[in-house]
Order: sequence, then structure tokens, then C-alpha cells
Amino acid sequence: MNKLGLIVAREYLIKVKNWKFILTTLLTPLGFLVFFIVVGIIFNYQGETVYSIAVVDESGMNIQLPEEKGKLRFSPSSESMDSLRARYARDEISGIWVLPRFAGVEVQDYTSYYYSDRPVDIELESRLENLLQQEIRDHKIRLLGLEKERLEKLDTRISIDPEPVSANEKDRSAYTGKIATAIGGAMGYIIFFIIFLYGASVMRSVADEKVNRVVEVIISSARPVELMLGKILGVGLVGLTQLMIWLVLIPVIYFFGMTIAGIDVQQVQEATQPMGQQSPVDQEELLVMIREIASMNWIKIAFIFVVYFIGGYLLYASMFAAIGAATGDDINDAQSLTIFITIPILLAIYVMFQAIRLPESGLAVFASFFPFFSPVVMPALLAFDPPWWRIVVSVILLFAFCYFMVWVAGRIYRTGILMYGKKASIKEIGKWILRG
Amino acid sequence: MATVLNLRNVVKEYGPLKAVDGVSFSVPPSCIIGLLGPNGAGKTSLIRIITGITQADSGEIELNGENIYRLRDPSIGYMPEERGLYKKMKVGEQLVFLTRLRGLNKEDAYRRVVYWMKKFEIESWWNKKVEELSKGMSQKVQFIATVCHQPRLIILDEPFSGLDPINTSLIKDEILKLKSEGASILFSTHRMEQVEEMCDYIVLINRGKVVLQGEVGDVRNRYKEHLFEVRFDADFSPPSEGEFDFLPVTARHTNVRLREGQTTNHLLEYLLNAGVGIISFRELLPGFSDIFIKTVNASNDE
Repeated sequence: MNKLGLIVAREYLIKVKNWKFILTTLLTPLGFLVFFIVVGIIFNYQGETVYSIAVVDESGMNIQLPEEKGKLRFSPSSESMDSLRARYARDEISGIWVLPRFAGVEVQDYTSYYYSDRPVDIELESRLENLLQQEIRDHKIRLLGLEKERLEKLDTRISIDPEPVSANEKDRSAYTGKIATAIGGAMGYIIFFIIFLYGASVMRSVADEKVNRVVEVIISSARPVELMLGKILGVGLVGLTQLMIWLVLIPVIYFFGMTIAGIDVQQVQEATQPMGQQSPVDQEELLVMIREIASMNWIKIAFIFVVYFIGGYLLYASMFAAIGAATGDDINDAQSLTIFITIPILLAIYVMFQAIRLPESGLAVFASFFPFFSPVVMPALLAFDPPWWRIVVSVILLFAFCYFMVWVAGRIYRTGILMYGKKASIKEIGKWILRG
Repeated sequence: MATVLNLRNVVKEYGPLKAVDGVSFSVPPSCIIGLLGPNGAGKTSLIRIITGITQADSGEIELNGENIYRLRDPSIGYMPEERGLYKKMKVGEQLVFLTRLRGLNKEDAYRRVVYWMKKFEIESWWNKKVEELSKGMSQKVQFIATVCHQPRLIILDEPFSGLDPINTSLIKDEILKLKSEGASILFSTHRMEQVEEMCDYIVLINRGKVVLQGEVGDVRNRYKEHLFEVRFDADFSPPSEGEFDFLPVTARHTNVRLREGQTTNHLLEYLLNAGVGIISFRELLPGFSDIFIKTVNASNDE
């Protein structure tokens, strides 16, 4: 085995055999499952308080409220305020809702009064408002002598179905854009997280060798750039291993979660949506979406995703390695230098959100060529089927820049790892790059 | 005789600082060379050039009598002053890894590591992580890592710093053994008594330049001051002026500096005639500490 291979193997094995790796690999999907369930439960939380509300209807609209709606219990009342107050004091009712006189069709603002010694929470308020609004709307329709059925005919559901102009273009459904946005966003995010997680691991590993002083022993046998690349590749392989395990593990855990624990994922998902909203997708729409997802060129997407993953990881990991080499004896003082990585990669995420909203805009085109952004932005744009030449140019630019960045990082690295003591200043790092 | 290492006019500059300034010397086979010099003299810079960690700006380096010098030649074994091992790695795996990195295949590396660990009686540490070892223990491991691949030239930067007396003598014995097996050892040190004990040659550098080099005995002779020590069995007060320059130390102990043309036999004759019993008589050779300080000061004054 050559030296690079040896270094990669060492880096890989030492990380994969570590119990921390095994633990995080196994527990992270479980952690996410627990997280989703907890989020679901939190959003599903209705509160256990039952509100029994005495309604004093003086509006003249003869409002018919249901006796029971969720946690709300309504009872029409014609008692005097004093006797209602007494009932409130005896805890028989939790609130008194007074609907004052309703002037007629012209009324645009209407105020009702809710008597209680405790503040009205947002949820109760919005529920009461919705109920009343619906009642007043019906009342107005009656007053105006309109037919409710005909009135509902005014509402039209609009959709725009994209159709190709050229004969050889495939027909897209109305969901293409939405699905592409979702998939693209997810892919951009995944790359972003991988770069951050494993790039930082490269940095720690480099700084660790330097602080341990083992680096001088190694580079008396192997070239510094071999050591640096070995580290980057080793950690990259660890990342790939972890992703593969998750790819298998996550569906398995979710399956077990659903069957054994009796957790309905659908329910959890619905619960995570804002209160009261129905899931906007019905069966038929779901089918179209599934067909749409299945019809996408997944092999192409997966291949290009991997290409950008490699490019993006190489680019940012070599920067992390250079920073690791520039730290002093305290690993923590690398933190201030990581800003040179954090800023471009955070910008890349923001640009990605704009780019998937406007995939043909100048910003999107620029970002797909700019090497600091393209690894995050371009996979996100893939689902929008950008022209081949754009992908090719973007990949060439990315890898050319990667090569340059590895070269620069190598120069910082080979000087930095032998400088013990204080962390290097920006000026010194500049000197290391320029000096032969 | 083919040399193991030959340096000619090696120069390395860091900005305005000439860390290594035209250094030339050679290392014959099967010998121990002490690389001496005050702090910051350029010892570590020079060692890093020889090991191939950094490249010289100019000058020639020959290894094993060949003109072609390869960076990171596997015939070199190097132990840096700043010791270091992977803390989380097991001793056995780590030594096999480091040995393979020096070009041995897996089986050979494994065999060599087992051999050395047995030799140091530390086979039982194979599965221990380095972080579990004491300082002395990890120094043994570090030494094995340096010599495990059977290098012909072993370079040790301050090998005895931080060693306890037991490990010092252990490493010293191993160095002498490796020498008798044909390896050459170049080590830098501050400890002059080790130079006197172990080295065949010395190279003294100051401010990046070689200020003194040669065989240990020769160097000593060059610096000898014709100074002798005499001890008596009774009090003896030598004349303060006369044939010989006495430098009395105690009543029964005096040093004598011989003048041009005087021999030790003249001195002994004179003392025997003086009627005092002589217990011991020996030449006082300059210590390397003195030589070191003298030479360095002289070169600083230049």
C-alpha cells in the first residue's frame, strides 16, 4: 500500500472503530425520530382546559352556536350579568361572552366582549373569532337575500399546468416546481451539513496531530500534502460510511417506530402543521406527485449530487485543514479563523433559497458557477433540469478551484504544522502561501 | 570509505535569518556523532533538512554514498525533539503503521515491531492506547518507532531530554548496540557528559555555522592546556616561583601547567627529588563544556 493509502486507512479506521462514532451513527436517526415525535406531540397539544362559556346574545342575529366544539362548551343564557358573575364565582362557567347589538349589513367592525378574570389566550380568541365571523357572514347573506350555494360558485380553484413548447421536451405536471424546490432544498441542506460536520472533523484531526507533535514523525516519512489529503479523504470516507448506514437505518427505524410503537408518521406530520389546517394534499394530487417524483431522472441527479458532494467537500475540507494547521497549542483558538469558511457557506445557503425560487435568475446562474456556492446551490437546481453546459462548466470551475484550494491549503499546511506555540496571524498565513 | 551522510555547504534561510549557513560535514558508517550548539544555533533546522522535512535553499546532500538525495529517505530514522504519538491509537497498531509508512510491507513491519517490543519487554502493551502509558513508557515506544525499520542513519533530536536515569541508560545502550550493528547515529544534545561518553565525532554549530568539528579525541587534544593534577600523601607547599608553574588547590593537591619544552618526566623527577609522596598524577583534559563555551564565545565575538 502506498503512503497516502496508509494514511487514509489509519484515519478511517481510527474514527470508525471509535465508540463515539458507533454511538452517534446509531443514535442520530433515533434522535431525529424522537425529535419529530416530541414536536408532533407539542403541536398536537390542545390543553386540557374545557371552556364552558355562557353566551349572552343581544345581537339580534339569533346566533346558533354548537353546544360543543372541541374544548369549548357553549350555553345560551338570558340571565342577568349579576347572576352570571355569581356562577363564574362558583366556577360553574369559565367565561361570559356578550354579543352586543348588531347594526346590520353595513357593519364592518364588530366587537364582542368576553368576561373572565384570566387573560384570553390566543387560541381561544381565534376560535371564538372564527365562529362568530362565520355566523355573521351567514347572517349577512340572509339579510342581502343571496343564495349561499350560488355565492360559493364565486370561488374558483386555480392551477397552472406547464406544457412544453418543443415536441421533445417532457410534459411536466403542476407540481414539478414544488417538488423540485423541496428536493433541491433538501439536497443543498444535506451537502451543507456534510461539509460542516466532516470539514470540522478534518480541522480537529489536523490540529490534534499538531498539538500531539506526532506530525513531525509522520512528515519525516510522508509528504505533508499526502498527510493532508489522506486526512481529508479518510474523514470523507467516514462521512460516506455514516451516510450509507443512515440510508439503511432511517427507513428501518421509522418502520419499527410505526409498527411497534404504533406511531403514525402521517399523524405526526399533520400534527407538525399549524393548528386547524388540513393537509393540502388529497389522494389524487398525491398520486400525480408520486408519478412526478418517479419520472425524474434520479440516476442523473444522484450522480451529479455525488460529484458536487466530492467537490464541495474537498474545497471546504482543505480550507478546514489549513486552519487546523495554523492553530497554536490550544485547539480552540482555531475558532476565530473558521469565519472564513462559515461566511461563504452560510451565504451559499441563503443564495440557494433564492436560487430555487428563481432558478433562471442571474443570481442562480452566477451561484452555479461560483465555486464557493455551487456545491450547495447546483444540486438544489438540478431538479429544475438546468442545461447540460451549465452543469459541465460549473463542475469544471469547481474542480479547478478545488485543485487550487488544495494547493493553497497544502502550502499553509506544510509550514503551519511545524510552527508550534501561538496560532498564526492572517499575515503570516499569507506569507506561507507566497513563499516557495 | 563511503560516507553515510555527506553535507556540503548547506544553506537555509528564513527571511532575513540564516538558520543554516554553509554547513559541511560527513558521517562515516558505524559511528556516533554529536551535534552540539547553543539554543537557536540551527540544530533543529539542520536536522529537518537532513530528514527531508524541509528543503535546503542551496548546498548538496549525499546519502549512502549516492549523489542522488531523496527526500524522506527510508534509510533514515528520525526522532524529533518534540515527541509525539497518536494518543488514541494502540501501541502495536501505531508502531506497525509508522513502520509501514517508512516503506516496510505489512508482514515485515509486524515482525519488526514484535521483535522490538519483546526486546524492550513491552509486548504486553500491544493493545494499550498511548494515552494510558506513562511518560517513560511512551518514550520507549517513541524510540522503537524511530529504529524499527532498520535505518542506516538514525537522527535523534535531544534523545535524552526528559528521560529518567533508567530509560537514559537503556536508550544509551541501544544506541551503542545499533552502532555496533553498523548504523550511524547523529544526535543533538546539550548534555556534554554524554558527548564524552558516547560520541566518536562532534559537530559544534553556532549561528548556523560549523565552528568546530572532528573526532572527539582530536578535539580534546587540540584544546588541551598541558595541565596536570598531582595529589600527595602529605602537605606540600610548592614554590610560587621557580622551574614549574604550580597552581595549588589544597595542601595535598596541586595543579601544574607545563611550559614549552617541559615534559611530564621533568615534573615527576622534580617532585620525587622534593621528597614528597605522590598518590596520583594525571593530565587534566578540557571538558567538552569548557570547549563548548570557549568556542561559542569566540565565534560570538567574531
